[in-house]
Amino acid sequence: MTQRLALLVAGAALILPLAACSPAPDGPTVFAASSLSGVLPGIEPEASYSFDGSSGLVDQIAGGAPADVFASADQRTMERAVSEGLIDGEPRMFATNHLVLIVAKDNPAGVTGFDASLDGVKLVVCATEVPCGAATQRLAEANGLTLMPVSEETKVADVLGKVVSGEADAGLVYATDAAGSDAVEAIDVPGAEDDPNTYWVAVVKGAAHAEAARAYVDSLVGEWGDDLQHFGFGPPL
Amino acid sequence: MSIPRWAWVPFGVALALLAVPILGLLVRAPWTRLPELLTSERALDALGLSLASCVVSTLLVLIIGTPTALVLARSTGRWTGWVRTLVTVPMVLPPVVAGLALLTTLGRRGLLGQHLSVVGIEIGFTTAAVVVAQTFVALPFLVVSLEGAIRTAGGDYERAAAHLGASPTRTFLTVTMPVLAPAVASGTALAFARALGEFGATLTFAGSLQGVTRTLPLEIYLLRETDTDLALALAVVLLAVAAVIVGLSQRLRGAHG
Repeated sequence: MTQRLALLVAGAALILPLAACSPAPDGPTVFAASSLSGVLPGIEPEASYSFDGSSGLVDQIAGGAPADVFASADQRTMERAVSEGLIDGEPRMFATNHLVLIVAKDNPAGVTGFDASLDGVKLVVCATEVPCGAATQRLAEANGLTLMPVSEETKVADVLGKVVSGEADAGLVYATDAAGSDAVEAIDVPGAEDDPNTYWVAVVKGAAHAEAARAYVDSLVGEWGDDLQHFGFGPPL
Repeated sequence: MSIPRWAWVPFGVALALLAVPILGLLVRAPWTRLPELLTSERALDALGLSLASCVVSTLLVLIIGTPTALVLARSTGRWTGWVRTLVTVPMVLPPVVAGLALLTTLGRRGLLGQHLSVVGIEIGFTTAAVVVAQTFVALPFLVVSLEGAIRTAGGDYERAAAHLGASPTRTFLTVTMPVLAPAVASGTALAFARALGEFGATLTFAGSLQGVTRTLPLEIYLLRETDTDLALALAVVLLAVAAVIVGLSQRLRGAHG
């Protein structure tokens, strides 16, 4: 029996070293919000990237994922990373983004703007639990609207997908999402640019490539220009 | 039969790989707050929707899946091979692909959906879409497991029944079905478990609205962002239901032979 137990333990021990053998690239490993996936590799191709929702990335870093740089799509998530002791130094803002209303191509539901024309159309938004949903909620209140969405998605990409496929008539997504799709038309939302979400970048505490990480952050913060603008981002505040 | 000693090593690896993450989840679960968390409105909405939609989709699976398994098991010819592949594919399809397939077919601008839309039928964003997604992914589980059972269950009784003048339908209902009851029950349990865990196709095809389309897995996915405790509490429920169903299915299969 003890022999069996020993073999069992030996077996379990076999899978543990697997965690240690990840590749070691020359550039920094950047954990960045999904909305940056189109733009960052173009700005700094040397780095290796992992794109996901900001909140999930913080969980991964807290769990020991080998990140050198963390780029968040909102302030709240970056603050959480700081308060969990995952960040080295001060986070810095490098871009902004704001919500726009998108409608399916040719606007079959006849939406005229972020107004009463949304009544009765199939509207998809982010759930209030996620940053884009919280921003949507604030905009609706600021414009005196009560939204009746047919679906509240967890990811802004799912909102975009529903409108692109024509399954929904309209949706609220970030300007960058709208800029990245030919299948939707964007309509400005009053007040949206005054309530932007901000993009922050910082070096991760204990980064394996600390020098490269600092250089990456410096270049990204100094980068504001055509690259980011082309993808629909706004300048940092 | 003796077990070669080396087999215990991969056995240990498999056990660690499968059991440790589940133990980790259970250790981290907010046990003391569980009753309070699980009686919250959104937890009850998700639970109710999941159970109701799974009951409906499992019934659909049973009604259309049982005869399908019979046809497949009793037919010969090249086409059965093709159909069998077709029926099995949704089982191994990534859930998001299943969702895209449904969307491009039944969606408002889909192959069939655009015609349905003309006559005012749009199932996107409705509970019906959830049921369709669950049925799509769960049906193969019943068909595949039942087909195997029908093949191995001897046809002697059926031949006797047919010889005595029973029609194929009567033979099916009074001879085949009672013999296969354990296999049907275990296949149904598996299909129910698969429907309960359905996530990707629902997210892609049906959307996510509390009480309408946001089933248990979708609610857990969303709550992960803000309320980890409630997400874990719901995960424990899902785990418990799944464990009971799979256990039940194994017991039934055991009874069957």
